[in-house]
Amino acid sequence: MRKIAIYGKGGIGKSTTTQNTVAGLSEMGKKIMVVGCDPKADSTRLLLGGLAQRTVLDTLREEGEDVELEDVRKVGYAGTLCTESGGPEPGVGCAGRGIITSINLLEQLGAYADSEELDYAFYDVLGDVVCGGFAMPIREGKAQEIYIVVSGEMMAMYAANNISKGIVKFAEAGGVRLGGLICNSRNVDNEREMIEAFAAKLGTQMIHFVPRDNMVQRAEINRKTVIEFDPGHSQADEYRTLARKIDANEMRVIPSPLEIEELEKLLIDYGIAA
Amino acid sequence: MAEAAKDLSTEKVTLDNLDPEEVKARIMAKYPPKVARKRSKQFVINKVGEDGKTPVINANVRTVPGLMGQRGCCYAGCKGVVLGPTRDIINITHGPIGCGFYSWLTRRNQTDPESTPDGHNFMTYCFSTDMQDEEIIFGGEKKLKQAIQEAYDNFKPKAIAVFSTCPVGLIGDDVHSVCREMKEKLGINVFGFSCEGYKGVSQSAGHHIANNGIFKHVVGLDDTIKEGKYRINLLGEYNIGGDAFEIERIFDKCGITQVATYSGNSSIDAFANSHTADLNCIMCHRSINYVAEMMETKFGVPWIKVNFIGAHATAKSLRKIAQYFGEQELIDKVEEVIAEELPEVEAACAEVRPRTEGKRAMLFVGGSRAHHYQELFGELGMKTLSAGYEFGHRDDYEGRKVLPDIKVDADSRNIEELTIEKDPERFNPRISEERKAELEKAGFAFNDYDGMMPEMPDGAMVIDDLSQWETDQLIKIFKPDLFCAGIKEKYTVQKHGIPLKQLHSYDYGGPYAGFKGAINFYHEIDRMVNSRVWEYMKAPWDKNPELAATYACD
Repeated sequence: MRKIAIYGKGGIGKSTTTQNTVAGLSEMGKKIMVVGCDPKADSTRLLLGGLAQRTVLDTLREEGEDVELEDVRKVGYAGTLCTESGGPEPGVGCAGRGIITSINLLEQLGAYADSEELDYAFYDVLGDVVCGGFAMPIREGKAQEIYIVVSGEMMAMYAANNISKGIVKFAEAGGVRLGGLICNSRNVDNEREMIEAFAAKLGTQMIHFVPRDNMVQRAEINRKTVIEFDPGHSQADEYRTLARKIDANEMRVIPSPLEIEELEKLLIDYGIAA
Repeated sequence: MAEAAKDLSTEKVTLDNLDPEEVKARIMAKYPPKVARKRSKQFVINKVGEDGKTPVINANVRTVPGLMGQRGCCYAGCKGVVLGPTRDIINITHGPIGCGFYSWLTRRNQTDPESTPDGHNFMTYCFSTDMQDEEIIFGGEKKLKQAIQEAYDNFKPKAIAVFSTCPVGLIGDDVHSVCREMKEKLGINVFGFSCEGYKGVSQSAGHHIANNGIFKHVVGLDDTIKEGKYRINLLGEYNIGGDAFEIERIFDKCGITQVATYSGNSSIDAFANSHTADLNCIMCHRSINYVAEMMETKFGVPWIKVNFIGAHATAKSLRKIAQYFGEQELIDKVEEVIAEELPEVEAACAEVRPRTEGKRAMLFVGGSRAHHYQELFGELGMKTLSAGYEFGHRDDYEGRKVLPDIKVDADSRNIEELTIEKDPERFNPRISEERKAELEKAGFAFNDYDGMMPEMPDGAMVIDDLSQWETDQLIKIFKPDLFCAGIKEKYTVQKHGIPLKQLHSYDYGGPYAGFKGAINFYHEIDRMVNSRVWEYMKAPWDKNPELAATYACD
């Protein structure tokens, strides 16, 4: 089983990209579990056709100790297994502790057991890794592979660079590696070239360039992935390509994060100055 | 002048026939240089100069990580020390169960529920929200509200106080808004303390937070003037082993009316009314001086430092109170009481003293106790070789004269400092400027505390925030006859064959305050320093081995 965590700046399209990629992998016959690690619990909405999921933490709260895997795991599009860790409302409690508790519980319930015969487990993690809890999915024994969703916008690249710093820390302790950058295009000038150069500087690759297309929004409003909503659309093929590339990817590196001056120079060279 | 100073500096000061500077150097030598530098400033050889000037001691600073110290946490200071002894406030610990349980009556504070009409006494209960994983994740405010409601429904108390533990601060539960809401709902006084354990460098931070909270939420709520001619508050007396009972007995005998005690044998109504007293008498300067200062600024109640530990200190403090009121009737009564009480004390002392004379003690406890108890040892003819506080500040060591020189660091800034103003209606200076000046001229000290060091001999070792390493070394080097500290130190010290008297909880004894307390203490110390049990520390085969050998590696 490959365990993959998807990180990236808030609002960059992590959940959308993850679910569409998962849909593509399912089409290839892979068995996949998606673990949403965001208190908003919206990481599996497109696979489940709506926000019908009872989160792990809500279930734990209501059922007490007597929780079964089936209570917290729902079957979505093409047999994908969907769980949402959930968490407190904004401004109260400790969401990070919630992620830790829920991943521990999933492990204890045997969600990752060999008997489940999973090919992939995907962790979709809240935008900013604000505390230790949100780094839980990349600690020892959890995800070994990370993809960062990024665009050509400065703050997205800044966030990606920061996340890379985090990966370095956990790579030394645990063994997690960066698999690549997924460029979710925002139609910034020279975006593809800039992200490719950025990836090269980080010592990784831009695994795929996902063009911007309104079809994504349309599918989303219909609570579906593009692959399910309009299988013949060119955007669906983009996600299939991304899924194939991830499936075939063997490049796993410890990234070399950029100094802030270096990052800004990159932006000037490819963006503003161009 | 210069001549005299020169003479002093060449004269070798000794401590128990040893050179204290050399002993200090020996103990410091084991530390890494940076730690040694820091500890050296907290490990001072006393030298009292003109006007009671002493060397500077570093205090109220962070403990070096890795050094095993004696200190408690901020929560312990707030809930455990200052508010724990109040019987009719339901003290709810908002946090995991351990914090509440281990701060429950461990200080042996006594109380007398009969002394308030409703007879409320909640000290025998331990209240906690018992936070679980779920509250950490989703926030604990709901459970706190529920706990307050339950406590109210079951006991109908006059007041409920909420104490924050570490996790509450980390997840950001707003205990104060919960308290406001519940106060509104229940119609009783409900107030909270942000006394998370990690705040500040020791329990001292918690004392300050407790003082602030009590002053903000309770003091001044009841303006009724209690009957009595000489009305005082006793501050910083926590009725451990019944100390406050003995002091109350003496006050009663003298015709002095106690409006409130902070907080031994106390009730919330007395706090609410305490601003009507005419004098604040401070025992434990460290834990309670804040309330006294604020009461003076807002209501005009002056404060003086007293000490009821030691028979002669008790007599001195009573005389000081009588002098303040200046009424012949009280002065005579106090003299009469002293004359009546002292003979029994002196007889007990005379009987014990031949067996305690010349014995040597070390005291490392509290923020005032290490000072106060030197009085009692003095009465027994015992020498204090070394003393220090767990959580005292520089003013507790060197006296309040150093207050302007104390550097306020970030740790202290983290603790709220209330801005107090004169109460427009209720401010009432209790004595006139002329009378105050007259008293001061006669040597009467208002708002002052000289600290511990000026009263200790030259050469004595004054050590702040003592570490385990230093404890072990002091014991090995000096082999004192008695060590005074707390439960954490008790058994490691006793394993060296040195008796340890707990001066936090008094072990199983007390009271030690006032006249009767002094007698108890004399007997207790006699028993401890003359016990033959320590002779049996060494196993017979250690003392007289049948076979002797050395290790090859030696």
